[in-house]
Amino acid sequence: MTPIIATDAASHKPDWRLLIEPLSEHEEAAISAQVQHYPQPQAATIEALKIVQEHQGWVSDGKLKAIANRLQMSPDEVESVATFYNKIYRQPVGKTVISLCDSVSCWIMGYQGLAQSLSQELQIALGETTADGAITLLPTPCLGACDHAPVAMVGGQRAHQLTPTSLIELARQAREQSL
Amino acid sequence: MTDNQSMHQPTNLPLSQHIKADGSVTSLMEYQSNYGYQGLAKALSMTPSEVVDWVKAANLRGRGGAGFSAGLKWSFVPPIEQLPGQRYVICNADEMEPGTFKDRWLMEHDPHQLIEGLAIAAYAVQAHTAFIFLRADYDLCAERLQYAMDEAQAAGLLGEQMNDAGFHLNMLLHTSAGRYICGEETALINALEGKRAQPRFKPPFPQVSGLFGRPTVVNNTETLCNLPHIFHHGIDWFTNLGVGDDNGTKIYGVSGRVNNPGCWELPIGTKVADIITLAGGMQDGVELRGFLPGGGSTDFLTKDHLDLAMDYGTIQQAGSRMGTGTMILLDDQTCVVGMVLNLISFFAQESCGWCTPCRNGLPFIRQILTDLEAGRGQQEDLEHLLQLCGYIGIGNTFCALAPGAAEPLQSALKYFREDFVAHIEQGACPHGNSPKVDVELVKEIHTL
Repeated sequence: MTPIIATDAASHKPDWRLLIEPLSEHEEAAISAQVQHYPQPQAATIEALKIVQEHQGWVSDGKLKAIANRLQMSPDEVESVATFYNKIYRQPVGKTVISLCDSVSCWIMGYQGLAQSLSQELQIALGETTADGAITLLPTPCLGACDHAPVAMVGGQRAHQLTPTSLIELARQAREQSL
Repeated sequence: MTDNQSMHQPTNLPLSQHIKADGSVTSLMEYQSNYGYQGLAKALSMTPSEVVDWVKAANLRGRGGAGFSAGLKWSFVPPIEQLPGQRYVICNADEMEPGTFKDRWLMEHDPHQLIEGLAIAAYAVQAHTAFIFLRADYDLCAERLQYAMDEAQAAGLLGEQMNDAGFHLNMLLHTSAGRYICGEETALINALEGKRAQPRFKPPFPQVSGLFGRPTVVNNTETLCNLPHIFHHGIDWFTNLGVGDDNGTKIYGVSGRVNNPGCWELPIGTKVADIITLAGGMQDGVELRGFLPGGGSTDFLTKDHLDLAMDYGTIQQAGSRMGTGTMILLDDQTCVVGMVLNLISFFAQESCGWCTPCRNGLPFIRQILTDLEAGRGQQEDLEHLLQLCGYIGIGNTFCALAPGAAEPLQSALKYFREDFVAHIEQGACPHGNSPKVDVELVKEIHTL
């Protein structure tokens, strides 16, 4: 496959800036506010990625390049940061992300049964998104709520003492709300 | 602010005194009605070097796991006359140690306690910018901390002109995007600079050259939460709180198959058995076999260690670490090979990938354990695992992640070797676990 190379019309030189998906006014303002917290704009990379993700659900190539341009970095530098962190999504995710804690206390208290039941209910494997785009199911490292194990984050809400039935019910609710 | 110091008897459990059973947050008004922000006022009336000496004398040890003296840590920051200019303090609230939930408990219920403690630390090292580095997923903490910071700012407790000498402080909240390695202080500094969270080479130590090349102190949440009380009630009071060699209290936690999992503030040095009793004991039909005393990266101890005091020295002498003080219990219905496989899988995934023993060693161990759990193991695997624990041990890696990962494995091989042997001899997991299920479920998670 030939890579898509955007070239500048005048110089015919490749220019990644032509592939930028511009930041919205809101994103631009939110990122600028974060940049002010630091002596170097690059320090706001993680905040910028999270801001874009909050609006879009994930970080597309075009937006990643826009962040690079805004923070005076190369797209590769931003990509190296974006792919390092667990909670930055470089692929589209469903309207609701269900993060199921797979660490030790939740594992002891029944993580495997939860993962199997929910995976069957949604007809997807861990790491996948339902065909209707409603739900992405992800395993996640320790959520720091081991006193309520097993736990999951459903959207931004932490759900406690889950059973296969209660988890499936939460997933159904999330699905209904997203459609 | 009213001086109601004399109206209150000093409490023995200061860190949790505002925590309410209904889970609601302590407001600024409630916090201030019980000597809130008076510890900071006291510290601000002292010189910064007096503040450092005070905390050194209290022998407040780091509650994040390492147990290093907080005052001593601060004292490595060069005096402001020697090295003028910006310096930073950072609260390490990147709580991601498996089985650990104590800092979340403190931040969700009493955010002002942390803010006050962080302000005292900032004053001690003359930092005018302080960051709270909060892990991803702690959404409720983020909301409550930001609200409390705004409250304190509006009330003039933070910001410009905090004492006669004109000390000022800008406190900021950074929410991470999720990686266990961010808890390592130099990796945390890289993350705060917007980089991949790989640990840095030491020296230089952060106290000399840390965030943006400036002197930086990183302290754990619970450590900082102790400061307001130490300054309000004094060193003698703090020294008398512990029941053993260490001073103060500790937030202990218990998770696993107990009747009442949770966390409690207790005198530091409380017996292991007493903490498990608070957790309501084991659930019906399960028996305790062992425990990880302070999170996923500490060595197993067994039923023979229940009478030990949970303090730094005692647990270390027994061959483990108090770590974060949040115990994970192993019961007789849980497969120890599966439990260690789960822990190693966590550490393998969370390795930053910088140094070879960690990046390659942990997946290697994970594979051997997967084979053992699936009944495909051989006798020589056990020696091989021990050898690998040595390869990834202290001195062979860039940071403490891999040596920490080796701890539950090496101690499981010591105390529960018969469980590993049973897997080999029976050609299957005696508990009926099949790690294949996990592997089939997880499809290309890492491409997300």
